[in-house]
Formats: sequence, structure tokens, C-alpha cells
Amino acid sequence: MQELALKISEEELDQFLKVIIKVYRFDFSSYSRESLKRRVNRVLALEKFPSIAELQYQVISDPDYFSHFVEELTVNVTEMFRNPAFFRALKEEVFPKLAQQKFIRIWHAGCSTGEEVYSLAILLQEANLLERSLLYGTDLNPQVLHKAKSGLFHISTLRTYSENYIQSGGQSSLSEYYTVRYGQALFKEELRRKMVYSVHNLATDQSFNEFNLILCRNVLIYFNRDLQDKVFGLFTQSLPNGGFLALGAKETLQHSNFKDYYTYLNKQERIWLKL
Amino acid sequence: MQEQAYKLVVIGGSVGSVGAVMKIIPELSPNFKLPIILVLHRSATSHNGFITNILQDKSPLFIKEAEEKEPVAQATVYVAPADHHLLIESDFTFSLDVSEKVHYSRPSIDVTFESAAQHYTSNLIGILLTGANTDGAEGIAEIAKSGGLTIVQKPETAEVDTMPQAAIKTGQVQHILTLDEVINFLNNL
Ligand SMILES: C[S@@+](CC[C@H](N)C(=O)[O-])C[C@H]1O[C@@H](n2cnc3c(N)ncnc32)[C@H](O)[C@@H]1O
Repeated sequence: MQELALKISEEELDQFLKVIIKVYRFDFSSYSRESLKRRVNRVLALEKFPSIAELQYQVISDPDYFSHFVEELTVNVTEMFRNPAFFRALKEEVFPKLAQQKFIRIWHAGCSTGEEVYSLAILLQEANLLERSLLYGTDLNPQVLHKAKSGLFHISTLRTYSENYIQSGGQSSLSEYYTVRYGQALFKEELRRKMVYSVHNLATDQSFNEFNLILCRNVLIYFNRDLQDKVFGLFTQSLPNGGFLALGAKETLQHSNFKDYYTYLNKQERIWLKL
Repeated sequence: MQEQAYKLVVIGGSVGSVGAVMKIIPELSPNFKLPIILVLHRSATSHNGFITNILQDKSPLFIKEAEEKEPVAQATVYVAPADHHLLIESDFTFSLDVSEKVHYSRPSIDVTFESAAQHYTSNLIGILLTGANTDGAEGIAEIAKSGGLTIVQKPETAEVDTMPQAAIKTGQVQHILTLDEVINFLNNL
């Protein structure tokens, strides 16, 4: 089977990305190449395209298929309280600073299906901070945002999430925050009403507000250095002095032109303080 | 074995493989020049520095976890970080990826082997060790097809032989060696 698998070449990918820019103004050319190639090959295999040309034709001629394709191209894998130690650090080191604010604005950039947003809302609730908070979840993909807004998560994942929640320093039981129906957990309205979801493309869109905390986790690893730097510029513009920036476990500001604007609050958990 | 300008060694394994690399890596000559990448299955929450630290304790070579966008450097042993796939870009830098597991594994051996094969072609050596699943077999086949050299641990000497057996079944394995023979082979490159 492996012998027959269709794989896109470097040149074919270049050409394909150019066509996408031209037709849809979506630019994936600054994404990490290898990961992107794997995603395209995955679509070719899963959807049994006979050739690259066939896939390209489908993408160009059908905008609905294109949005499905974008969804397949970007990695949406996420979970609640991903890296519990990170959430614990937020709670212990960042929340006391946020508590000094009258109004707390938080931006989850590249929030995917919203698990991270719900996780933070729960911890804010337990710290009595949710009432004066607003959590903005943005992503380039409208489909994942739709799911995030619904507040529905499959129950099969809840056991892991409950364990993560406890390790994050959760004070009660995760089941306090949802009701189960038809195999789905519906998270409570009191959490959802503090969230705003909207489409935002980090590669092309501008800063749209000022935030006390920006989380952008497991998104920048898919970007090349130039695009990463552009996004750090966007975040720097969107944070006041004293604001916080949180990245994913393997992401860093260290090699960026903007690193001098920040100092580590917690190096291990990748949380920076803007100076 | 044939003379070739090898530029990278990738080593994969699952159950029992930490023990196996603990045997191999400390025995390598301090002058060993090629970069080595270790892709070992372990639990997502396993402490990241663990393998790096125990190996560094015993080895003359420099051991570190592979980092996002880091260039692949000589005389360095890179450990693929837990819970991420490790890829190699065409400019020979690392990139990480948290997409779906492959063969129930992240990092997946196939993912790294295939990505390395693509850019290192005939300058690559792939070694597959003990393990209880079939991750790595396709990667080994891909390395062979790209002109690289493929080695698997002799199944009778593996803690669990599923992984080496699956690789051998692809018909693309060139050498079946004991761990001591692997050490000898690498030190004589
Ligand atoms: C792996 S998920 C990360 C989810 C969550 N932050 C976490 O750490 O679990 C990456 C998300 O980034 C989004 N993304 C990729 N490129 C983007 C861009 N240019 N602008 C905004 N979001 C983007 C993807 O659609 C995907 O939902």
C-alpha cells in the first residue's frame, strides 16, 4: 500500500499554494513546509485522490471544499487543560496580577475548538475573576469556532480532562461545569456568556484590541520564522506594559526580534511579561 | 559495509528501547561526528529531561532535546520531545508538530524516518530497535527506497520483537544486527 501512496513534491506544493493565494487570498506559504506536506498527503490518502491535479481542481472549483481543505490542512488537535502545569502556573502566578484589574481581557489566538478557552474560564470562575473577564477566542477556521461556541464536547474525552483539571489545581470537580446529554457534555452558560468567538487570521489580520493576557499555544510551531515574528509584532501591539503572553510547551520568543520587549515570568511554562 | 557519505543517523524504538539506547549511545566514540536522532515512544506526560539526562550522564557525546527550528548539528544526539512529532525541513532544521498520533504514537518513528529520508536520501542511516507495535516499518522501507542504509535489531535479542519483525517483513532491511554489532558498525563509519 505504501508503494502506491501519492505524495506531493516540493514544486507541486509551491505551485498549489500559489494557486490558493490567487483564488482565495489564503497564504500558507509561510507555514512550516514538512508539516504542511504531511497534511496534504493525508488528504490525498484519506480522500483517495487519483492525482495532485485532481485535488487542486477540486479546491479551486469548489469554495465549500476549500474550507474543508483548510480545516484538514491546519492541525486542530487540542484538549482541555493541555499541560496542567501550565494552567497551574497561570493560576498561581498570573491570576494575582489579573485580579488587580477592574476589567480583564484575554485573547486565545488560534483557539481551535475552544477547549483551552473553557479551561481558563473554569479556573477564572474558581478564582472569582470570571465575572469581570471577557475571553476572546479567534481562529482562521470558522468551523472550529462554531464548535467552540456550542460548548459541546464529546464525553469520551472527559476522563482525561477531569484528571488534567485536578492537576491544574481545579478546586471542585469538572462535572460541576457541564450536563450530559446524548453522549455530549454541554458546558454551562455562565462560562459561555463570557466568551466571544470570531474569525481572525494571524497571518493577515490586524490587532483588534488590547489584552491583559494573550495565549497562543501550539499555533506558532506551524509558522516559519518570518511569520512567527510578524505575529509577535501583532501581540506586542496588543499588550500593554505588564501584560502577559503565553506560548505552547515548545514555542519561544527567544529567537524573535521582539524578545527585548519581554521578560520571563515562568520559563518552564513559557509565560512572558511585557515590559 | 559500503563507503558512503553518511550525514545522519535516525534511531527508533518503543518498549525496551530506552534500555537499548542506554547500551548503544554511551559506547559510541567521543569522536563520533554524525548527528543522531532518537525517536522513542513514551508516555505523553513523561518528564521531558529524563532520557536526555540519563544518557548525558553516561555518554561523551552531547545529548539534547530537539527544539523547534533548531539546525541539525554535528556530534549531537537529539531526543525527540514527548507528545510531538519531529520533522526535518529541507534546510535541515527541526520542526515539531502536534497533529494526530500515528500508530497510536506521538512522536511517531515513521513520521521522522520518512521526513529524514526525503531530505537526506542516500546519506541516511535508519536503525529500528525493540518495540511492541509496527511504527517504524514504513519509515525503514522509505529510507531504503530513498537510497539510505537500514538496520534493525536482531529480533531474538529484542525485548519485544514486533517492531523489528514488522520492518523485516517489508523486505527493505539491509542488516539485522545485535546491539553490540550496531555499536561496532557506528564506531567504524
Ligand atoms: C493545534 S491548534 C491549537 C489549539 C490550542 N491553542 C491548544 O494549544 O490546544 C492550532 C490552531 O491554530 C489555527 N491556525 C492556524 N493558522 C492560523 C492563522 N494563520 N491564524 C489563526 N489561527 C490559525 C488552526 O486553525 C488550529 O485551530
